[in-house]
Amino acid sequence: MHRKTLRELADGLRAKAFSSVELTQAFLDRIQAHDERINSFITVTAEPALEAARAADARRAAGEDGPLLGLPFAHKDIFCTEGVKTSCGSRMLDNFIAPYDATVTAKLKAAGAVMLGKTNMDEFAMGSSNETSYYGPVRNPWDLDTVPGGSSGGSAAAVAARLAPAATGTDTGGSIRQPAALCGLTGLKPTYGAVSRYGMIAFASSLDQAGPMTQSAEDAALMLGVMAGFDPRDSTSVERPLEDYCAGLGNALQGLRIGLPREYFGEGLDGTVAKVIETAIGEYRKLGAEVVDISLPNSHLAVPAYYVVAPAECSSNLSRFDGVRFGHRCENPHDLQDLYVRSRGEGFGAEVKRRIMIGTYALSSGYYDAYYLKAQQVRRLIREDFLKAFEQVDVIMGPTAPGTAFRLGEKSDPVSMYLSDIYTIATNLAGLPGMSIPAGFVNGLPVGLQLIGNYFAEGRLLNAAHQYQQVTDWHRRLPGGF
Amino acid sequence: MALDSAAVARIAHLARLGIETADIPEYARNLSDILAFVEQLDAVATNGVPPLAHPLEARQRLRPDEVTETDRRELFQAIAPSVEAGLYLVPKVIE
Repeated sequence: MHRKTLRELADGLRAKAFSSVELTQAFLDRIQAHDERINSFITVTAEPALEAARAADARRAAGEDGPLLGLPFAHKDIFCTEGVKTSCGSRMLDNFIAPYDATVTAKLKAAGAVMLGKTNMDEFAMGSSNETSYYGPVRNPWDLDTVPGGSSGGSAAAVAARLAPAATGTDTGGSIRQPAALCGLTGLKPTYGAVSRYGMIAFASSLDQAGPMTQSAEDAALMLGVMAGFDPRDSTSVERPLEDYCAGLGNALQGLRIGLPREYFGEGLDGTVAKVIETAIGEYRKLGAEVVDISLPNSHLAVPAYYVVAPAECSSNLSRFDGVRFGHRCENPHDLQDLYVRSRGEGFGAEVKRRIMIGTYALSSGYYDAYYLKAQQVRRLIREDFLKAFEQVDVIMGPTAPGTAFRLGEKSDPVSMYLSDIYTIATNLAGLPGMSIPAGFVNGLPVGLQLIGNYFAEGRLLNAAHQYQQVTDWHRRLPGGF
Repeated sequence: MALDSAAVARIAHLARLGIETADIPEYARNLSDILAFVEQLDAVATNGVPPLAHPLEARQRLRPDEVTETDRRELFQAIAPSVEAGLYLVPKVIE
């Protein structure tokens, strides 16, 4: 059962080949048997999962159907889940039982999807390797000595090892796409505002977006259809009609104009990865697409601009963790200052502290114009590069990450870690949708092809990804030992 | 800009963030590296470029001024570290 996609499992439920309870139990058994090796879950919710599966079976027996009814999934531990620990990978929230559901959680629940548990992640989603988690690093199922990427590393590893058929992720600078690439999955970061951020613990509010991490583009379309939609509880949620993301999957790619930004194929890109990407582009040519060279001249400024904007927003968002209303509180504070300082000092790990301090500094009196304002201006230049490119092309393609999965502990200085998101960060700054799909392997490790679309072009990206997956089988490969 | 230990201590204080004295030199080094990296932005001419705060340049949506949420104080305080009579308790502020 674990080799099947969401779509195939849904067909199995419809054909009564198995029940949701049987399906859920099978994945719970796999988590029990294999997760010790990869540490992809922080919390496994076995009993509530079986209860949800029974409810889904009852709904199906009563004649109901739906794209995710009775299908198990793993939920990134950044989404609030009522009555279930929501840690965000941090000691700060180790004791936090969420009192309400995030909108994404509520939508998945209402659709009858069955949550298997909450997945490991970089602390407060700040990291690209899942090494900053309070709950220990996650290992990449393709090679246990390497990282799964981050910050949605637990979600990526869980799906790659087929401990769950699909998972949720969030992406502030590449946190869905980069782990999807490193673990051989399909991951989609939607347009900013397409999926509600309500109840999704905030890191950088103008960049954060939730999306699906799946085995195939078709599965991503099914899941996004449930996750997306206007939410009055998120002030940045975009009001637009619901979309059927599966409707256009079958469209031919004849005449699709693909732009290859020359800046994404230069210095910094591993040569073997570049070859895999070129081969994938060749497949697109065979499918009838036209390939055009383009330029995104301000690309090199994306990572530096991000490391002003994201820490600034993070320092503001994380000021809510004060040891007073919820979360970690230090023992015996001698005054209010001591309560704040020690609770935060003990609750946050080193990378979160670094980012809070960078953000605090960038926003402090006398430095605002030099850092934050400048970064927001550069952000506009980056967005304009994309808008200009989309006058010429339908989809932009390139590598998702500059290399394959790296070894645990390999990138010990912060700046070298930040550069693992060199190709993904610009789309967050511009608010555009981006995807990563499996495109091949280098030395047994997966390589991801990135697809970037214009605003709300998720359907087009999914169509392009799905057509590629009809003529390739990279997305169906499984790591050995699972 | 390179930050020295005193600057790191000052920033940590602004952020009400406890850091170990022994860790300050490493934070100073890391934060200086990050700032040096970020300073690539200085080379870009941005005169007259309006800052972009929201990727879609959307304006804040307004809603009717109506009560939509109910009082759930007990539920929310159930997870607080210390409460009494519906109030959050902190160490004494005024002597």
